Amino acid sequence: MDAIILQILNGLDKGSAYALIALGLTLIFGTLGVVNFAHGALFMIGAFCAVTFSKILHSSYTVIDETKTDFLGNPLKVDMTYVEKWFGNAAGGTILDWAVPLSILFAIPVMIIIGFVMERGLIKHFYTRPHADQILVTFGLAIVLQELIKYFYGANPIPTGAPEMFRGSFDFGALLGFDANTIIYPYWRLVYFVFSAVIIGAVFSFLRFTTFGMVVRAGMADRETVGLLGININKRFTLMFGMAAAVAGLAGVMYAPINSPNYHMGMDFLVLSFVVVVVGGMGSLPGAVLAGFLLGILESFASMNEIKSILPGIDQIIIYLVAIIILLTRPRGLMGRKGVMEE
Amino acid sequence: MLGLNKKDSVLLLVVTLLAICAPFILNPFPTGSAMAQFNAGYPDLMQRFVIFGIFAIGFNILFGLTGYLSFGHAAFLGVGSYSAVWMFKLLSMNIIPAITLSVLVAGVFALLIGYVSLRRSGIYFAILTLAFAQMSFNLAYSVLTPITNGETGLQLALDDPRILDAAPANAGSLPYPSLFGFEMSDTYIMSAGAWQFQFSVGYYVCAIVLLVSFYLAMRLFRSPFGMMLRAIKSNQQRMNYTGLNARPYALAAFVISGMYAGLAGGLMASMDPLAGAERMQWTASGEVVLMTILGGAGTLIGPVLGAGFIKYFENIFSKINDNILHQWFAFMPDGIEDIMVTIVHPFIGKGWHLTLGILFMLVVTFLPGGLVEGGQRIGRLFRRRKTGRNDNADSTDSTKKPAE
Amino acid sequence: MGILEVKGVNKRFGGLQALGDVNLDVAENSVHAIIGPNGAGKSTLLNCLVGKLIPDTGSVMFEGQSVLGRKPYEINQMGISRVFQTPEIFGDLTVLENMMIPCFAKRDGAFRMHAFEHSFNEKGIIEHAEAMLEDMNMADKRNEHSASMSRGDKRRLEIAMCLAQDPKLLLLDEPTAGMARADTNNTIDLLKRIKSEREITIAIIEHDMHVVFSLAERITVLAQGSPLVEDTPENIKGHPKVREAYLGEAAA
Repeated sequence: MDAIILQILNGLDKGSAYALIALGLTLIFGTLGVVNFAHGALFMIGAFCAVTFSKILHSSYTVIDETKTDFLGNPLKVDMTYVEKWFGNAAGGTILDWAVPLSILFAIPVMIIIGFVMERGLIKHFYTRPHADQILVTFGLAIVLQELIKYFYGANPIPTGAPEMFRGSFDFGALLGFDANTIIYPYWRLVYFVFSAVIIGAVFSFLRFTTFGMVVRAGMADRETVGLLGININKRFTLMFGMAAAVAGLAGVMYAPINSPNYHMGMDFLVLSFVVVVVGGMGSLPGAVLAGFLLGILESFASMNEIKSILPGIDQIIIYLVAIIILLTRPRGLMGRKGVMEE
Repeated sequence: MLGLNKKDSVLLLVVTLLAICAPFILNPFPTGSAMAQFNAGYPDLMQRFVIFGIFAIGFNILFGLTGYLSFGHAAFLGVGSYSAVWMFKLLSMNIIPAITLSVLVAGVFALLIGYVSLRRSGIYFAILTLAFAQMSFNLAYSVLTPITNGETGLQLALDDPRILDAAPANAGSLPYPSLFGFEMSDTYIMSAGAWQFQFSVGYYVCAIVLLVSFYLAMRLFRSPFGMMLRAIKSNQQRMNYTGLNARPYALAAFVISGMYAGLAGGLMASMDPLAGAERMQWTASGEVVLMTILGGAGTLIGPVLGAGFIKYFENIFSKINDNILHQWFAFMPDGIEDIMVTIVHPFIGKGWHLTLGILFMLVVTFLPGGLVEGGQRIGRLFRRRKTGRNDNADSTDSTKKPAE
Repeated sequence: MGILEVKGVNKRFGGLQALGDVNLDVAENSVHAIIGPNGAGKSTLLNCLVGKLIPDTGSVMFEGQSVLGRKPYEINQMGISRVFQTPEIFGDLTVLENMMIPCFAKRDGAFRMHAFEHSFNEKGIIEHAEAMLEDMNMADKRNEHSASMSRGDKRRLEIAMCLAQDPKLLLLDEPTAGMARADTNNTIDLLKRIKSEREITIAIIEHDMHVVFSLAERITVLAQGSPLVEDTPENIKGHPKVREAYLGEAAA
């Protein structure tokens, strides 16, 4: 029992990332009818927003600390960050420590702007082109974004830490009444899960309760009719794209402490997120979220030693296997609507 | 000639001539000159042109004709490479059994994957093939290590059985793949003045295989079968209501194109007898898509051009460094020279993929027909100018022949 | 016994009864029209005949053989050709190539691996295709890109493609929808000529009464998924039930 709970928990953080990326993919696909292969790159850029923001926070100047001397007796030069200078040592230190969560504030405008530029500059010219062309051009864009990041940040992963208080793990099993040390779970993963749940909730309530969201949902159901109503959906869809980009970006920001950002993380997640979208059902938002968590957890179960000893290698292929089976037996996916992308 | 019409025969002849003379054509600059870095006439690179050309020709049979976009074609190339290396390890260093097995295994593999994937079309097909390829890649890295040797890649070893080969004279070193005594790595270097031309057995073996592959693809393009494949791309509904079963046609195209990929993989292993899982990764599948689109999907010569183009510039761009850039921009004032070098810097050397990505986006956006369409457009422009000039000279003629 | 017999066909979509107990008997070598107001189930019925839909109950027999459960291409190979409401042709191919494909389908069946012959060396096929184009007065367009033709030309090409297979039954789904009067009349003349020149049965779904009454020998009126009456055009014209179905409660 505790092993099962542990695997479910272990699957949650990856599942959350899949769900958030798949949510954005589905929003874009459902509203704009565009298959966006560059969506993983947006996730990656989000993670690098965290890297950049903490770099900015850590920008420093050199001061001579008169109180200390080095071994030759000269006054010691120390790096002083501007943040600490402005806010004082204590507050400044806290700000630096909380760099990753604070990056959210930085990432939202950046991601929205990137989303706008992408949609206006490139994607809009592909609305009427075949899906193959959309896949190809966004694939090219993904390569470009990935290479740009590689150029500016290098090929090595950049460790980006969570705030001090969320580092380390806690004994989740003890809370549930199991023996001590049966379920050890890192704090930050829990934070990530809660964060994702909040974002998903926010997106859904936004679509449910605002006029804008209503138009978007109507557009997903029947684009032409909404267009005929005289509503300028293109403008709204641009905003929609910005929002989807922001969701992917935020997923990336908060993922930085779990997995040190590297330039190819976007591609790694993209392939899986596409599989998630297909399993959930093309064009279904709840399907994307459900499938994201489901596949994340399934992946974590498949990597249990007990299972691997029966089916070696199953952890490597389980997601693809599920996708293949779903596509063949239930082409619409778990919660897909009729008529979306069918022949 | 050979069952081709005049235009196709000319095309085949041109390709043949180019392939034979490639060691000359690709080495236009004297060795040691400043421009020698643009030479491409050395065996390793020429072999890559040809092998990726074969891969792209095969991919084009599927994508260019039927419109089914496979994102997992590298899996077949990888399977072909593994098969060939195993043949070298177990049977003989002769490349014929190795390549034969590559093609057959890739064909069977393609039949299985194609049978399942072709039940869906459009983006679902792309994702299914991608899923299969990623599965193969992951398995090759992990559980299948006894067959694939995991991360290290499959290599020859001194104690391999090679049951058909006599014990080599120099038992201390690894043998080379060969074709009836001609080792693939044998190279004859011809010096002519400042120029140096390299003729390698490996390249010419690859070139012959390319020509045969190209010829077969040509026949297929012009055949009723090829017409049916184009019909699939054009209108599957009409096809079904014309009494034609599209599924076996698409499956046959998929298998043939998988066999081409296996052939390319086998050749790759024959030139350099090792095989690694990274050949199966989806970025590798993406590369062949790029080649085909860049050259011109659905055209005969396009994929070969695209493969050559990408491999050539990959090679050249990777070699350019800042020193070379400074030489190029040396004619400019110092400040501007530095700025130019800074601007160009991200696109060269390791930044080749960035250039490739941008190029690819430009081609898909503005020139969906690829280089071939670009050539045709320029040709048309040229002809229009000509007729334009004729207009002035003889206005009656132009009315008969409106500029197209 | 007719060439096409539909007996007791029902088809539901969720809560909607699209077809309710449809019986239809199309006599050999006749022109049979199926008419009815929008939503009467005409297209659903047609789709059941060609294998796109499978009825929930009932039987569809063509020349004494059931078509149910067969794929569209199998039904086509039995001798049923379908013309679509919007012309379905191979837009990427030239007119002659469009014409050659059904010729290949007739000669080689549903699948044949013909990867080494040259398409344009197939003498029989080319002659057949060109003769069909000649017959349709389209020979001058043989090398044109078919997608760039006018709608009327596309329609003619589609009909020619269907005829190239020498079908026993030709199904037409609103063949003149969206056409100008002149094009409509041309199509009527074309169909009349086809009927006079070949041994062929034609079943036509049509909205345009002008077309129906110029061509049909028998008419079935569908309303709300069920056949209302079946009779000759003369009798249908004055039939009170038909007027009611078409003009609705206002006339009743």
